[in-house]
Amino acid sequence: MTSTTTDQIGASGDGIMRAADGTPLKRSLARALRREKLRSFLLILPLLAFITLTFLMPIADMLFRSVENGIVQETIPRTVVALKDWDASSGELPSEEVFAAFQQDFTEAFKNKTHTRLGLRLNYDEPGMSGLFRKSGRKATQLEPPYREGFIDIDQDWGKLETWRVIKRASPSLTDGYFLAAVDAERTSDGLQMKPEKERIYLYLFWRTMFLSIVITVSCLLLGYPIAYLLANLPLRTSNLLMILVLLPFWTSLLVRTSAWKVLLQQQGVVNDTLVWLGIIDTTSRLELINNQTGTIIAMTHILLPFMILPLFSVMKTISPSYVRAAKSLGANDWTAFWRVYFPQTVPGIGAGAILVFILSIGYYITPELVGGTSGIFISNRIAYHISTSLNWGLAAALGTILLGLVLLLFYVYDKIVGIDNVKLG
Amino acid sequence: MSSNRGAAVRFESVQKSYDGETLVVKNLNLDIARGEFLTMLGPSGSGKTTCLMMLAGFEPATHGEIFLNDRPINNVPPHKRGIGMVFQNYALFPHMSVAENLAFPLQVRGMDRSEQERRIKRALDMVELGRFGSRRPAQLSGGQQQRVAVARALVFDPELVLMDEPLGALDKQLREQMQYEIKHIHENLGVSIVYVTHDQTEALTMSDRVAVFNDGVIQQLSAPDVLYENPQNSFVAQFIGENNKLTGEVTEMNGGQCKVRLEDGTELVADAVNVDGVGGKTTISLRPERIEVVPTDQHENHVEGMVEELIYLGDHIRVRMKVAGNDEFIVKVRNRGERWDLEQGQTRTIGWSARDCKALDAVA
Repeated sequence: MTSTTTDQIGASGDGIMRAADGTPLKRSLARALRREKLRSFLLILPLLAFITLTFLMPIADMLFRSVENGIVQETIPRTVVALKDWDASSGELPSEEVFAAFQQDFTEAFKNKTHTRLGLRLNYDEPGMSGLFRKSGRKATQLEPPYREGFIDIDQDWGKLETWRVIKRASPSLTDGYFLAAVDAERTSDGLQMKPEKERIYLYLFWRTMFLSIVITVSCLLLGYPIAYLLANLPLRTSNLLMILVLLPFWTSLLVRTSAWKVLLQQQGVVNDTLVWLGIIDTTSRLELINNQTGTIIAMTHILLPFMILPLFSVMKTISPSYVRAAKSLGANDWTAFWRVYFPQTVPGIGAGAILVFILSIGYYITPELVGGTSGIFISNRIAYHISTSLNWGLAAALGTILLGLVLLLFYVYDKIVGIDNVKLG
Repeated sequence: MSSNRGAAVRFESVQKSYDGETLVVKNLNLDIARGEFLTMLGPSGSGKTTCLMMLAGFEPATHGEIFLNDRPINNVPPHKRGIGMVFQNYALFPHMSVAENLAFPLQVRGMDRSEQERRIKRALDMVELGRFGSRRPAQLSGGQQQRVAVARALVFDPELVLMDEPLGALDKQLREQMQYEIKHIHENLGVSIVYVTHDQTEALTMSDRVAVFNDGVIQQLSAPDVLYENPQNSFVAQFIGENNKLTGEVTEMNGGQCKVRLEDGTELVADAVNVDGVGGKTTISLRPERIEVVPTDQHENHVEGMVEELIYLGDHIRVRMKVAGNDEFIVKVRNRGERWDLEQGQTRTIGWSARDCKALDAVA
């Protein structure tokens, strides 16, 4: 009996495991699992479609915008072609053909009212271009040959080499200009270089965003750790009440909370008034707690605190009190028992909380906007400015892409050091 | 043990209350001799674990004093008591290897490295885990973790080791094996061990003495055989081993023995262990294996009973009978290879000696 059974389902002569009907076992298994896989795929399909449409595609679009530069080619196609033969470093203006092509392109662009948009785009590379395009407007459409002199007559900037260099440099359909701008670099006639000291803003903003996020993360950890410990070790009834207090901010509008901080922290606010009343500070030297970095740190620490407490709590909840007891029975005093036995076991919670708070704060917008003043704003505020005010979406996209890259990089580093498996959210 | 001096541990009128309304431990007086293996046995909520926690220093005594080697320790923090402890779920530090776990108590005592290594090796060899020093606790089986926990509690040579239901999480076979190992370690090292369990087999197997706890009070403190043979009250009789209960009234006292009339009028002779005298209510306690299904004249007590159920268990046959209105009356008949004429529904006379049945307090 045993041998028959082995023949039927065991390894056959060629070493392949076969099912009872002779088909290879692997194929049988795959077939059996296919239905199940299909069913589970159908279950997530709506969410997948939703995420693709509303999240992945916009992100891809934004990423693309950071390098996309079709506008020059679309608006002045003939000029772009003609400029190909021009040597930008020759020290001579482009030839008459280029100007002729440009006049034709410009006339069409004027008709379509797209010449100002192009001017605006070129203005990112060279201030003054927008004005030049606007000013040349109708006059350029009425030019007669020779066009070169005609253009220079309208504005002598057309006779400057730099103008044409900018146009030629901006001609390719993909550009690294936005990314260069986002890291305070630029491509000039002298090649790639950093912008003048005074014009650099983004690198500093990135640095400040990172630095403040680290400060906020550390403050959250220092404030949240004892609370989480208390929550995890108090009797259930008390800890539930405390948990509601922790979660209460979650249920309050972000705007309300931030505005409340304004009331508390301003110079004539509750905190300063109290300190003056207590005689700790003089009324003439009231503390500046808001519209600067301090304000951002205080308000954001408060807002992000639950994101630190909850993962810490869920990890601490699983640590049996017998570990610390064991440590003490083995001769460790309170501090040693905490530091060598309890604390290492909470590291996954610290990791999860820290990474959560840091990533949330690095992209935070509303709070720095409201309480950050000028010294407390983040890179995200600058991105918002370029999206909604200056309408330089390319630069906004480049800044956003760098931010995204930074977060992913940090994630990678974190994975290498701590290990993503060690992150526990519950 | 009667003398107070020289005891390894002494509880002196210790009381414990968590809520200020009820006492979990009521006036505990207990001496534990040096090198003794004492087990605190009792159902959950009987106060045994609380006693252990007070001894370890994790719970303060509400009243009374605990002495360790004649030194009061109520105000000594746990880490200065020098007591080894094995926890219910082992409490091995998961982020440390086995060797690091064992090194922990030595490191906090500032022992130098070579001495640490020597002791760790000795402790691991003792529990036959010499090769497992570099493993993490999670990579060990339950039994191995258990041994590491024992090794860790012993590695710093404490004079007293506490064990809080250490075998509760193991399967039956492993549990029995570990019982013998712990017993042997105790014999070899000569440490005092206070062991808490709710498993009476464990208590009987390992202990020098067993303290049976119920309701915050030690019901009886005796060697295992005394506990089984001579229970002092109904609770102990019921809790240790299998037991038949028959309730009745004392009709006559006669030296160490008494006559008891059961509710259905049957008269029995029993050892008067814990009775109030003539007219008092009593519970007769009787072990199932002491009952004869073919009684002789040596058996003072002969009773009629009806066979309700027969269960064949290999080494013995378990007979459930209805005796004096009690249909949970169990008789264990040893399997000697003879054919007993036992049948379901049969009414027959069974018997037992007066010294095998104890008249105890009425409340069970």
